[in-house]
Amino acid sequence: MIDRSFIGRSFPPLHVDVEAGQLRAFARATGQRDPVYWDEEAAQAAGYRALPAPLTFLFTLDQEREDRFYFINAMGIELGHVLHGEQAFSYAAPICAGDTVTLTCTCLDIYDKKGGAMEFVILKTQAVNQLGEDLGTMTSTIVVRDPK
Amino acid sequence: MSVFAQGVTYDGVAVGDTLPAVSSKPISRTTLALFAGASGDHNPIHIDIDFAKAAGMPDVFAHGMLGMAYLGHLLTAWVPQRAVREFSTRFVAITQVHAIVTCTGRVVEKREGNLVALEIEAADQHGEVKLAGKALVQLP
Repeated sequence: MIDRSFIGRSFPPLHVDVEAGQLRAFARATGQRDPVYWDEEAAQAAGYRALPAPLTFLFTLDQEREDRFYFINAMGIELGHVLHGEQAFSYAAPICAGDTVTLTCTCLDIYDKKGGAMEFVILKTQAVNQLGEDLGTMTSTIVVRDPK
Repeated sequence: MSVFAQGVTYDGVAVGDTLPAVSSKPISRTTLALFAGASGDHNPIHIDIDFAKAAGMPDVFAHGMLGMAYLGHLLTAWVPQRAVREFSTRFVAITQVHAIVTCTGRVVEKREGNLVALEIEAADQHGEVKLAGKALVQLP
């Protein structure tokens, strides 16, 4: 059983640079066909100051930690039992190559279903850039299954 | 070459309209390895069959966020990304290796403030729904 005292706690903020090469690698790996996401000129023609981060990229930025399984390890969760249940994003200012983004992740809730056979962890991450502009949020629902 | 549909406007869309569908290439083990590297999601359950089996799974399977990236393509092929205000999904079933994922969507509501609510989903080549999501876009 995951320690419920994590509810309401925030993890140390992460400061991460958004790199053009990383955005291009993501575009390639996802079969992105729109040059706005890999060609600087196309991005600028579309009104971006540099390559834009795609809609789900906050999730990737959050992996740029020394321990990318930070909350899983902190909460003592077995990695092989983790499933991604839900993911939500809300958007404010765009994220572009060259930005430095600060991510702050807070555990909103932990609960269980089926008599403890499945536990749910809700994490909400707030993002701002180097100018202090709000970049929006992402909310992850992590499901921990008991294989027994 | 831009794959944007040009000129989607609030007045130009109606409840029930569908978005042009977007399909992935077959998801190979290479796809998963490249996505693990590019997305930063290094959970070995998606790339290491020994780990997956030890965790009780028959094989590795696709990252949920790969399917969500494909759903994102559906949205940004229809409207510019800055039109998207909210985007969420449930991961309703595991996406297996070799799946071809097709993303579809439709307009379900028009709201004040030029906001248009969409229901979107990603299904494999057998029609099995893998991701069921929603999005809110703000149109000119």
